[in-house]
Amino acid sequence: MAAESPAVLLEGLWKYFGSFPALRDVSFAVRPGAALALLGRNGAGKTTLLRILAGLSRPDRGKVTILGGATRSAQVRARIGLLGHGIGIYDELSALENLTFHARLQGLAEPARAAHAWLERTGLHAVRDGLAREFSRGMRQRLAVARAFLHEPSLLLLDEPFTALDDRAIAVLQGLLREALDRGATVVMSTHQLREALELATDVAMVQKGRVVHCGPRTEAMLADPALLYRTYGEPL
Amino acid sequence: MKFLRLTLLIASKDLRSEFRTKETLNASLSFALAILVLFSFAFDPDSDMIRQIAGGLLWMVFAFSSALILNRGFAREVPNDCLDTLIASPVSGAQLFLGKTVANYVLLLLVEAVSLPVFGVFYNANWARRIGLLALVFILAAWALAVMGTMFSALTVNLRLRELMLPALLYPALVPALMAAIQLTNLLIAGDTVGKEDQIWFRLLAGFDAIFTLLGLALAETVFVG
Repeated sequence: MAAESPAVLLEGLWKYFGSFPALRDVSFAVRPGAALALLGRNGAGKTTLLRILAGLSRPDRGKVTILGGATRSAQVRARIGLLGHGIGIYDELSALENLTFHARLQGLAEPARAAHAWLERTGLHAVRDGLAREFSRGMRQRLAVARAFLHEPSLLLLDEPFTALDDRAIAVLQGLLREALDRGATVVMSTHQLREALELATDVAMVQKGRVVHCGPRTEAMLADPALLYRTYGEPL
Repeated sequence: MKFLRLTLLIASKDLRSEFRTKETLNASLSFALAILVLFSFAFDPDSDMIRQIAGGLLWMVFAFSSALILNRGFAREVPNDCLDTLIASPVSGAQLFLGKTVANYVLLLLVEAVSLPVFGVFYNANWARRIGLLALVFILAAWALAVMGTMFSALTVNLRLRELMLPALLYPALVPALMAAIQLTNLLIAGDTVGKEDQIWFRLLAGFDAIFTLLGLALAETVFVG
């Protein structure tokens, strides 16, 4: 039986900012349906890696294959959900207008219906006509989560997804991520919130000064001691 | 068809945002009207004077006031990293560029449509005598402003001094289109016919529009992703 092709495949990836190598010879694969937690200190290269996976930046060397295609192919981008540092929400539009716009952008058959459904799921339906700029930080983050999930992407790229979320919103996001994994989606997330990430992760990659120094399955030992990987690679928390 | 759908989706989102806040439109219109009124005190608007200055004055006003609109086109996407979200979505660089250009174009035409009658009143100019051809000049030249301005707005969006950089890059590049628009506007507001020797200006405007629209569409993906 032929092996299943990876959802994400990186081969010898290098990215320079000027003469500084932000990523150095990064190679790994993420199998479909896996949840990969990207761990590492600030400046290690996690966000640069996620930006390349999302097609926001091109590597200087190496090859990236996402869901069997090139990162900038429209078919591939239609299957990606991105939750980056910014929430990707327009302050001068209402919650409903924001989600309807993104549903249309993703080519959903019934954009308004999808927008209403996701406002319900994220507890924002009561304030659907409120402008995003009037929302609290937590509400804006929930709206961003709805925006990233509403087209049921096959690959979710999340950069610090738990930042600025309260306990309830973290539980909502974890629930949505579990649901996405159950339907076969692949998740790649960078995070400093180790416990929340390791609870979800099936695999872990440790990034250190632009190199992936560890990539493998998440173990019970990591779950019991979330700082284990950092200590192993000489970066005690 | 899908290309057009996503292009119009981007344009309508920008126009909805702008009409809700009206921050750029109000600023651009106020600037255009203030300059027109102030210059009317400086000139004695007799018919000879109008023949000489109408085109230059109007297109200087439109070019300067358009910078406010054009700067905002991509700056609107900066808060909350909305531009990243758009670039990572299925919309192509060309669709994003064209959508932004269309939204800027509609706003520029609105400013022109309001400013022209005001010009007529303050300068005692009968601008409606050759309204059909004058409208054609405005349509072609506004597209030149929109397409070049959107291209440079995309290039300068991540610069801290983008408000200064955009005009510094845009105006020199716009010289051929502005020259054509000024010549034709002078002729048409004076009520003259456009002779064979003047038709070159129409061809220049149309050619400018076509070349820079195609160039913008071809380069957009490189500008956004590198």
